[in-house]
Amino acid sequence: MLGKTAGGLYWMFRGLERAENTARLIEAGFRIALTRSTDPASDWRSVIVTSAQQAAFEARYDAYTSQNVSNFLLRDPMNPSSVLSVIKSARDNARLVRTALTTEVWVAVNETWMVLTDLLGHTIPDAELPQTLEAIRQQSALVRGALYGTMLRNDVYNFCRLGTFVERADSTARIVDVKYHALLPSPAYVGSRMDNVQWEMILRSVSAHRSFRHAVQDDYNAANITEFLILDPRFPRSLAFCAQRITENLEALQIEYGDESPSLNAARALQSRITDRDIASIFDEGLHEFISQTIIDVAATGSTIEKQYRFTS
Amino acid sequence: MLISVSHQTTYTYEAPVSYALQRIRLQPCNSALQTVRNWSIDVEGGTLETRYADHHGNQVGLICAEKGAQSLKISVGGEVETNDLSGILGKVYGRAPLWYFQQPTALTEAGPLLSDLADTVSGYANELEQFHALSTAILDKVPWVLNETHSETTAEEAVGQASGVCQDHANIFVAAARRLGKPARYVSGYLFMEGRINQDASHAWAEVHIGDLGWVGFDVSNGISPDERYVRLAIGRDAHDAAPVSGLRMGEGDESLIVSLQVQQ
Amino acid sequence: MAENTPFFDEMRRASGVRMPYEDYSTWFDKQDVARLAQKSEEAERFFRRTGITFNVYGQEDAEERLIPFDLVPRILSNSEWTKLARGVEQRVRAINAFLHDIYNRQEILRAGVVPRSLIASNDAFLPQMMDFTPPGGVYTHIVGTDIVRTGENEFYVLEDNARTPSGVSYMLENRETMLQMFPELFSQIKVQRVSDYPKNLRASLEASAPPNCEGRPFVVVLTPGIHNSAYYEHSFLADQMGVELVEGHDLRILDGRIAVRTTRGYRTVDVIYRRVDDAFLDPLSFNPQSMLGVPGIMDIYRSGSITIANAPGTGVSDDKAIYSYMPEIVEFYTGEKAILKNVETHRCSEPDSLAYVLENLSELVVKEVHGSGGYGMLVGPAASKEEIETFRQKLKARPANYIAQPTLSLSTVPIFTEKGLAPRHVDLRPFALVSPGEINIVPGGLTRVALTEGSLVVNSSQGGGTKDTWVLES
Repeated sequence: MLGKTAGGLYWMFRGLERAENTARLIEAGFRIALTRSTDPASDWRSVIVTSAQQAAFEARYDAYTSQNVSNFLLRDPMNPSSVLSVIKSARDNARLVRTALTTEVWVAVNETWMVLTDLLGHTIPDAELPQTLEAIRQQSALVRGALYGTMLRNDVYNFCRLGTFVERADSTARIVDVKYHALLPSPAYVGSRMDNVQWEMILRSVSAHRSFRHAVQDDYNAANITEFLILDPRFPRSLAFCAQRITENLEALQIEYGDESPSLNAARALQSRITDRDIASIFDEGLHEFISQTIIDVAATGSTIEKQYRFTS
Repeated sequence: MLISVSHQTTYTYEAPVSYALQRIRLQPCNSALQTVRNWSIDVEGGTLETRYADHHGNQVGLICAEKGAQSLKISVGGEVETNDLSGILGKVYGRAPLWYFQQPTALTEAGPLLSDLADTVSGYANELEQFHALSTAILDKVPWVLNETHSETTAEEAVGQASGVCQDHANIFVAAARRLGKPARYVSGYLFMEGRINQDASHAWAEVHIGDLGWVGFDVSNGISPDERYVRLAIGRDAHDAAPVSGLRMGEGDESLIVSLQVQQ
Repeated sequence: MAENTPFFDEMRRASGVRMPYEDYSTWFDKQDVARLAQKSEEAERFFRRTGITFNVYGQEDAEERLIPFDLVPRILSNSEWTKLARGVEQRVRAINAFLHDIYNRQEILRAGVVPRSLIASNDAFLPQMMDFTPPGGVYTHIVGTDIVRTGENEFYVLEDNARTPSGVSYMLENRETMLQMFPELFSQIKVQRVSDYPKNLRASLEASAPPNCEGRPFVVVLTPGIHNSAYYEHSFLADQMGVELVEGHDLRILDGRIAVRTTRGYRTVDVIYRRVDDAFLDPLSFNPQSMLGVPGIMDIYRSGSITIANAPGTGVSDDKAIYSYMPEIVEFYTGEKAILKNVETHRCSEPDSLAYVLENLSELVVKEVHGSGGYGMLVGPAASKEEIETFRQKLKARPANYIAQPTLSLSTVPIFTEKGLAPRHVDLRPFALVSPGEINIVPGGLTRVALTEGSLVVNSSQGGGTKDTWVLES
């Protein structure tokens, strides 16, 4: 396979994952601002902070309103991370690697781009926001379904999956990082409105507000939530789950290519820090330090993949 | 005359180079004027990827710098036996037809200044005399001055600024000769100079195709036709076509070039 | 529908439906028009969804457009096609011989058959190709010959596209679409297959591999990138051939060969089907600003270690000034009279012709010698007085830049409209594949149709559409 093709697949799926994550984040913010909030501006700020784009937002908008935030995150062409920008670039990448994709995957991505370009072509009133976010989620499920259902399980597939899980690991780690103060077990917060709102925000932004309740029969507290987000191998957005998938896909590539794999070494190192331990030892290490290091490790694994598989010359 | 040449071209890169190519025309060929006794090409910091004959019959090499190289050194040299035929190469033709050498190029397009210059020698009946007169007229109008022109200076520009080096003289000569209706071409090569073994640059002159004689050389800068002190390297329609080294580089930072050239007997 | 127009309608004559269309006409008459209209819309949605689009030049964030597809096929009988194919083959053989001659001994110039000035002043003549023979001796691996028809047995070549002809993906997609929409038609009417084209293209490219190629030749398609107007076709052809689609920056020189960057290192490439124009092919040899090409590829080419399809410099054989000499060129190299006719062409560089052209502008089509895509031309009969006068000035200023031809009465084929069938003007571009010692032409080609009533301009950039082209088995 061409190095450029591998890169195109990887970035295409990073883009699709990012669009989905952004939609999820807005959904969480919208839900809380609407139903729970006494201070919507601060909740919307929290959404922007979680997306790690505070500076870029404040440079372009003067107030934290639902309109501004959804504009910025969903359809602002000047924001390279807006859903519209990211979907366009994912579709450009899909065109670039067209010959590596099945018709089903290509058509799904092309349609996603057509549907969302149309949907995000105008300002979205609050009343339409839920349907818009639903469409983003649906389109993204369509692409994933086509990928699962039609693609050969070979190196092409592995690079798609690597893009998905590197992006997802980064996203989950950043959400934990931005909110780590709310996730530290601290008696000061217990029972306050503050931590409940924060926790719901966090769980909703990773679509886990229901699965958490099912998976974790125990208390609704900071340590449990943190453990779920970082260590739970059942939860498809946890760091442990992502690290496991990154390793698996790199193993498959190593077997197919038979070459020495520095990326696999990096991924195994990342994985070993996240599995076979309990949350207490992470709190001992320092949650903030742990997460900062994880973000660095994920990025390093990503760039090792890019280099090893010659995405660019 | 047996001329011995040692010619090093060294590029030093400010930042390690990611990809760089150099196309070299540094291999003299046998002709009535010269016989190559021995000649070698060595490359440090890169690889000679391929060699071939180009559309003018020049022996060309393509060099690729090693990834991460900080310098590329191209060393060529050897011995060439030369004959004094008063610059007459004769009726020797490659595939490129004579009309092709009557076509102007971007570097040798004749503007008003060049046309005026060519017109001053339009009255000669004898072609050899005419082109010697052209050579003299060019040197009068455009005296040899170092560093006022560069590799992209056109013949017309060099006439306009009234200064140039051998490259400009040769470009002007071929442009004017074509203006006078004759096939003409640019020649790059080496010149042996008594008492000046170490030189700063290779040399250039021109050839014009004259009815009965075939190709005849004119070295404007020195006001003569080439003799046994001249070694021909490459020909072309202008300085670009016959450039001993031309290249392209990808990567950050500047590059610097050092040329070391010894021509001796 | 108007059956007594001065134009030759390929389906219906005053005397009735022409033979090749008989079965189709019977089938069509039984169809429900509303159902066909729905099918037509379905086809458009399908093209849009699958991204069968072309980009429009010169626009920021270039818009992607569909080339309209018409569901009525253009049908040729087997005997009509056989004659056309022989004519195309003859012409393509002559073009390759001409190119080899022009870049080597130039006998045709010495013989005075083609004036030297046409080559000397031609920007498409690449000196870098002189004194060189491409691997296998093939210059134009792919040629698209534009043919128009004016009567029962009147076929004319309008243009030889010998550089990087496009449109073949539409030929293949149109057939695929017809098969999807009307499978029953193809069981009733036996149509010759076009689906072998990608396989033939690959075989043809492989057959022209350089002599130092080891094992099965490694073929790639070189595209300028996703923003190129024909990108869809580039990816389609790579996909259909099962070869890699690359851009210039994926390639480099390694061990004296061209190599492509893969996930496991560099791999030698033997044949490049390039869809990048000559000027951008090698910044070391041509336009130094080009980011689309492969620096040094011409050096590897002249060393005989890579095949470039089509060869650089083939454009010297297909401009409109050379075109006017094509009957002489065919005869010079093949010793035969040209099977396909040339349109009478007035070279405005010649004073007598210029005078004639200026006198008769309102009846002629005037084209730029190096123009393409229907841009920069004057269609006299359709032009206003002002347009003619403006063009007259341009013509006077640079006569050698133009040729003029009589306005041809292009044949029509019906298109499907809400009001039923309506005749529209068409042309035909068959695609010839050249490999050493063999020329292969897939039966059919791309039929382009001027969708506007009365229009003679079929170019997709100017509101043209396409049709499936059928060559009947018998």
